Amino acid sequence: MTMLRHAAAIASKDLRSEFRTKESINSTLSFSVVILLLFAFAFDPSPDMIVEFGGGLLWIVFVFAGALIVNRAFARELPNDCIDVLVSSPASGASLFLGKATAAFVLLFGIECICLPVFGILYNVTWWRNLSGLLGILALGTWAMACVGVFISALTVNLRLREVMLPMLVYPVLIPAILPAMMLTNTLLTGQPIPSDFMVWLRLLIGFNVMFTTLSVYLAETVLVR
Amino acid sequence: MSAPAVAAAGVWKYFGDYPALRDVRFELQPGECLALLGRNGAGKTTLLRILGGLSGASKGAVEINGGDVRASETRARIGWLGHSIGLYDELSARENLRTFGSLYGVTRATISEWLEKVNLTHVADAPVREYSRGMRQRLAVARAFQHGPRLLLLDEPFTSLDDKAIALLQGLLAEARGSGATIILSTHQIREAMELASKVALLDRGKLVHFGERTEAMLQDAGYLYRTYGSAA
Amino acid sequence: MRRKIILALGAVALPLLLRNLYVIMFLVPDEMEQGPIYRIFYYHLPAFFTAALCYLTAMVTSILYLVKKDQKYDAIAVSATETGLAFAAVNLITGMIWGRISWGIWWAWDPRLTWALICWLVYFGYLMLRSAIDDPTERAKNSAVLSIFASASVAVTWKAIEWWRTQHPGPVLSIRTGGVQKIDPAMEQMLYVNTVALLLLGLIFVLVRLRQEEVQREIDALRRYAHAMN
Repeated sequence: MTMLRHAAAIASKDLRSEFRTKESINSTLSFSVVILLLFAFAFDPSPDMIVEFGGGLLWIVFVFAGALIVNRAFARELPNDCIDVLVSSPASGASLFLGKATAAFVLLFGIECICLPVFGILYNVTWWRNLSGLLGILALGTWAMACVGVFISALTVNLRLREVMLPMLVYPVLIPAILPAMMLTNTLLTGQPIPSDFMVWLRLLIGFNVMFTTLSVYLAETVLVR
Repeated sequence: MSAPAVAAAGVWKYFGDYPALRDVRFELQPGECLALLGRNGAGKTTLLRILGGLSGASKGAVEINGGDVRASETRARIGWLGHSIGLYDELSARENLRTFGSLYGVTRATISEWLEKVNLTHVADAPVREYSRGMRQRLAVARAFQHGPRLLLLDEPFTSLDDKAIALLQGLLAEARGSGATIILSTHQIREAMELASKVALLDRGKLVHFGERTEAMLQDAGYLYRTYGSAA
Repeated sequence: MRRKIILALGAVALPLLLRNLYVIMFLVPDEMEQGPIYRIFYYHLPAFFTAALCYLTAMVTSILYLVKKDQKYDAIAVSATETGLAFAAVNLITGMIWGRISWGIWWAWDPRLTWALICWLVYFGYLMLRSAIDDPTERAKNSAVLSIFASASVAVTWKAIEWWRTQHPGPVLSIRTGGVQKIDPAMEQMLYVNTVALLLLGLIFVLVRLRQEEVQREIDALRRYAHAMN
């Protein structure tokens, strides 16, 4: 399908650019580690406390880091007006969006995978006991962030105060994805499988992803043609 | 009778309460070259952006080859060279051409050919950030031309080009015209544009005050058009 | 014509509100367990209904704007959202006051209060986005898109917060937790009557704000005309 081919071209371009300059990767990684550190000072958590809110803590770190990454998504097209070349190309707004969301997802997921061992070391948590489940939930939550974040990045790319406005718009909308992600991550960090009464969270997270991916793909063209 | 290459009908564009374009209407046949003239702020860039599918008209319609400009097939035949070069500084020339080329289906062989044409083969794998201004402009030209567009939209392409680059661009434009492509270029450098143009249009504060053949008088005297059709200010 | 409608609505709404206030304060029977503070409920719940209706209107008109590109839908969307935010604020504040008296704390993670706060932030973001975009067409288009996102999110959030509270139960702000199984018919009737009053008030606000938007657009159009004449 042409749309997927175009999206793949955009995604690989974004990733190549990012790995070449390492602008966001470096700052986001250090930012994440700093937040993990600050939380240790704020709560000085005991192992029991970590069981209670380890998942929540991780996702707060991911969400803050996520804001940095998604902000770059369309901002990187502003120098030299590359966005104009992309919009005038045969690539549809939907494929532009999908490509960028995918690139943001890959970057974020990579950063999260690095954060996990750091979290494990700083807070003395064995996080790998249900690794496949954990990574699955991380992936779902990260896609939600990438999808909504990159879409709103397209909405706000030309505005002043973009860096401040983007998190303000994204976080409240993202709550129905972050809440389940936190709940599920909490359980999975303890090594247990997801209990049956938690399955609603998984369904909610998947439902959110389906709904917002569809909305974003559908509305991307409207947003990108000024 | 086949559809005109470019048809603008009653195009208005508002930015807030300001009409950047007012009731612009014209038609261009395939193979024609239009020099779009006008002072700064006259609306040249705005019009080009609408023709290229980057902006929507507030009122009125634009058709490219009888089709809507936002259709994917239409955009595959358009080459855009805007005010900025439209290249990624951190990528090399080859990577830039490949990225954009992949959206149009341009082959690697074609890309290498174009690098040769614009004299950038020797630096093809260095990041664009390290290029001189003229080199960047030449690469931008390659980027706009490499997929063989039938409609070329160029916004002040001669600005800050050195003589070699100007000659290169003029050659490429003549070649494109020869193969039947339609060209619209907006410019302040009237002399270069007049040599290429078959039609001339003058925009004044959003209004198309003149649209017609390029005459000998225009070719001889650069300021003729402004004096004849432009406003006193 | 519009002005006459607004005045007529006002002539109905104002006496109704005043009469309701009197009845609520003095005539409606006391609720068994909660004491007099429960009377704030007669504003808390209708304010919520009005806000919800405003948000729904905003969502529908946002979709209509994207489909039809008619500025009047954008004007209705912003008027409805602003009015909705005002009534949502009333809902939140009355909820907090009620909670303070009933539970002794200003805030507890009651599912409805939590959801109301999230809604409020989401739609406030809509207003923030509007204030940052100068061009009216871009502003209308982008805020319509955001409004659709906001509505979708808010709908899903409701379920999420409900399940969250099912798993971590907390206090619930309701006239039913007072132990009353069935609402006294007099109370129920008062509730409906005040809902009507607040809905009328909301409609007036929307119409007034809408008039403001339309006047602004007229001014913009005149300015355009003046520029074009130049």
